[in-house]
Amino acid sequence: MSDEKLLQSRRNALKCMAYGGAGTLFVLAGGVFTPLDLARAADDKPGTARLGKPLFVQISDTHIGFNKDANPDVNGTLTQTIDIVNAMAVQPALIIHTGDITHLSRAAEFDQAQQMFSGLRTTELHTVPGEHDTQDPTVTEYFNRFGKASGNKGYYSFDHAGVHFIALINVLQFKPGGLGTLGDEQLAWVTADLKARSSSTPIVVFAHMPLWTIYEPWGWGTGDADQLMQPLRRFGSVTVLNGHIHQIVQKVEGNMTFHTARSTAYPQPVAGEGAGPAPLKVPADQLPRMLGVTSVSVVKHPSSMAMTDTTLA
Amino acid sequence: MISAKYRTLFTVAAAAVLWLLAAGQPASAAPQDSAQIVIKEFMFAPNSLTIKAGSTVTWTNKDDEPHSVVSDTGLFRSGAKDTDETFSFRFDKPGTYHFTCSIHPKMVGTIIVE
Repeated sequence: MSDEKLLQSRRNALKCMAYGGAGTLFVLAGGVFTPLDLARAADDKPGTARLGKPLFVQISDTHIGFNKDANPDVNGTLTQTIDIVNAMAVQPALIIHTGDITHLSRAAEFDQAQQMFSGLRTTELHTVPGEHDTQDPTVTEYFNRFGKASGNKGYYSFDHAGVHFIALINVLQFKPGGLGTLGDEQLAWVTADLKARSSSTPIVVFAHMPLWTIYEPWGWGTGDADQLMQPLRRFGSVTVLNGHIHQIVQKVEGNMTFHTARSTAYPQPVAGEGAGPAPLKVPADQLPRMLGVTSVSVVKHPSSMAMTDTTLA
Repeated sequence: MISAKYRTLFTVAAAAVLWLLAAGQPASAAPQDSAQIVIKEFMFAPNSLTIKAGSTVTWTNKDDEPHSVVSDTGLFRSGAKDTDETFSFRFDKPGTYHFTCSIHPKMVGTIIVE
């Protein structure tokens, strides 16, 4: 793609984001982050085809059990989300859920969520818990259902299509007044886990709370994330995916791309607007444009990733 | 002259007043006091509270977002409390008790038991 085309597409993408529009496609090539908007991708079918098969779809913050004004029907919007994923021409190999599956960590909420996830055509589901999933007094509801992959620790890794995936938990060891925490045990594990990989292996890291500080006063960050970045730095392609803040915020640092996903349940205010990160009530016609999923593809395998954010409208 | 109907009403009202007085009695005399903390706009109000040993503190969530009340030492853990839900804990021993919301750990508070 020529520089002019790149610039043009970047402009279009910015326009698209300003509208909070129908979706934005991000291509990450060799550490260079190039956004394209979906309308352009539709005009450029061969270009879109080059994006390849979607590797996985990220679903986040489904908050099953939420019933307030900001969205009285979170089951309905999750169903719409599942329908969008099921309608993808090529099904993703995996689904990743970045936490806050439920709203109040209640058994019935988890049961409802699991029943709905079983409607996904893609059956391989990998999860990490959000702080809304770990509030039951014994902290067992999440682990009883999703703890197997990690031996009830909450962190684990796996490989798929040459990509190394690392699932982390940063919602358990909260320090009062502080941010999310990974903790020494998990950091030692992830450092050892990465040691065995070659620097050319694409790495995807996912956790619920952002692994970089987006807004400290609202606790939108992970206090000891710097220690995670050390062993990640030598890799040529690192994609860090989070949820928690119910809106897209991104950052590129060297070969690392950080991206937070939209919720399927309700939006939250941008950092610092209001008393705290409370559910944001928007006019009903605007809501579907603020909810959605992220699709990630491998481009020029295995050197790069492409991300597509899709909204419900 | 007061009719029988009004006399009955008066008796009922008088009984109610006496009952209310009686009910109010133990609260002021007995060691069990109660105190309230309201959770609103991502804050505990008040965020510092001094009570007598044996008192029960009740937290009420008035936000649209769930909150929790978790002791820093693990003494109590409320679980997620949704809008208008409450959590109570009785503090029997004097001391200083710090607590936080485990959903929003920026929210902190202190109970001082004398």
